[in-house]
Amino acid sequence: MIHVNKIKHDFPIFKRKIHGKPIVYLDSTATALKPQCVINAVHTYYKKCTANVFRGIYTLSEEATAGYEKARSDVASFIHGSPEEIVFTKNTSESLNLIAYAWLPDHVGNHDTVLTTIMEHHSNFVPWQQMAKRIGYTFQVWNCDQEGIFSITDLEKLITKKTKLFALTAVSNVVGTINPIKKITAMVKKINPSCLVVIDAAQAVPHMPVDVRDWGADAVAFSSHKMLGPSGMGVLWMKREHLESMKPFLYGGDMIKEVHIQETVFHDVPHKFEAGTPFIEGAFGLGAAVGYLKNVGMANVRSHEKELTTYALQKLKELDGVSICGPKNAEIHAGVIAFRMKGIHPHDIAQLLDEDNICVRVGFHCAMPLHEYLGIGPTVRASFNIYNDKYDVDTLVQGLKKVKKMLG
Amino acid sequence: MDLYRQNILEHYKHPHNFGHMQNADVVKTFFNSACGDKIIMELKFEKKSGIVENISFSGEGCAISQASASLLTDEVKGKSVEAVLKFQTQHVLKLLNTALTPSRMKCALLPLEAIQKCILEGKTKKMV
Repeated sequence: MIHVNKIKHDFPIFKRKIHGKPIVYLDSTATALKPQCVINAVHTYYKKCTANVFRGIYTLSEEATAGYEKARSDVASFIHGSPEEIVFTKNTSESLNLIAYAWLPDHVGNHDTVLTTIMEHHSNFVPWQQMAKRIGYTFQVWNCDQEGIFSITDLEKLITKKTKLFALTAVSNVVGTINPIKKITAMVKKINPSCLVVIDAAQAVPHMPVDVRDWGADAVAFSSHKMLGPSGMGVLWMKREHLESMKPFLYGGDMIKEVHIQETVFHDVPHKFEAGTPFIEGAFGLGAAVGYLKNVGMANVRSHEKELTTYALQKLKELDGVSICGPKNAEIHAGVIAFRMKGIHPHDIAQLLDEDNICVRVGFHCAMPLHEYLGIGPTVRASFNIYNDKYDVDTLVQGLKKVKKMLG
Repeated sequence: MDLYRQNILEHYKHPHNFGHMQNADVVKTFFNSACGDKIIMELKFEKKSGIVENISFSGEGCAISQASASLLTDEVKGKSVEAVLKFQTQHVLKLLNTALTPSRMKCALLPLEAIQKCILEGKTKKMV
């Protein structure tokens, strides 16, 4: 059970009023707000132990290293992985690009296939599409239905022995669909055990319990800033055997053991993939964010957002001229709802909602192929987190009524 | 709100020069990928005098981009192409006569960009 008023207290941004009105933040799918403990953790690095990690033989550096590595183990246990399988990147996009640059060219040839889906965020679509142009493999896309739900039977036809990589989102950042990752991964592996299954979990890890082992995937990417942590910090979890066999993505400091004039011996995983001074304070913040979420409990987060989604789906449905995208059932619909209002451009809707500090997102939400495929044009997107409650949904609905009165 | 002044709403709900024309010299489609606006601009030139003889637009967009297109097409009709090419941001903002937030600037300016690109194409094809 989540007590939103208590939670809100932990997020200092809610003390802010704009034009004398409180903030109704419905854009957590883009980025999440930050609790005080995350802000404190970043401050701790600045105020208490600023030093570079790994090399300093003095207290400050040892504390910085300990904080950085503690974040790695905290993240690992949060998703049921092990610390040496956690690579810190700058965001989900970089995590996925790491695979595209460091794994793909050595494993996929021009007679092979890479499969992704129509539901993807551009970050899990463009890398595979573009590498196809470079390597010459076939780039395939798995389509969902109009409600944003996949048919597993279609997948069975798409996956072959030639499918070397399959990239899929766990939760859609537009239509909100929660994909059955375990079931899908099992199906892919049954047909082709050597197909690398890559999961974009940017919208899953912050909102529901995730167990990467249970999913059975090979790689899982997500971002700190969507899970209450600092931006500029991302995570790639990847099975150790893959990380071991891959060449580094970026070369430079910290990722080496020995360097000679003609040869270099690379560091062990995961450090092999973290070239240069990392975002140390970002790791401190992410560690704190994970601690905060653990404390709330991910099952609680999910059930709170499910309840809110059910409520919002109902309230929005009652509005004349509103059409909602994605599954009708909150069981498979995460706390993100994209919708359109008949005859009114989403941009105008967002602008008028902003008058009451209602923060929503409009446009294509970095998923142009999906919008094009569904033939829906730009949408308005409202998304929830632990600091949202029914009052926020009611305020949104009131705001939409106002918009309709003015522009409808 | 200041942004949605009466004149903007009026142009949005009843846009001028909206639709298609026969025998256009240049027809081009433009997108604003950030917000999903689409605008089709059609121009007809009077070659001898180098003026925009007729202009129309169609497509989908927010109130700001539609009002801007409506006002701008009125504004450029009958003007010399060289004068229109010199139009800048300020010109559009003056026509709209409203306070735009930075995120809406692109909406207001897409129609101008569209018109100017059509003129440049017309010039390349020696239609004006």
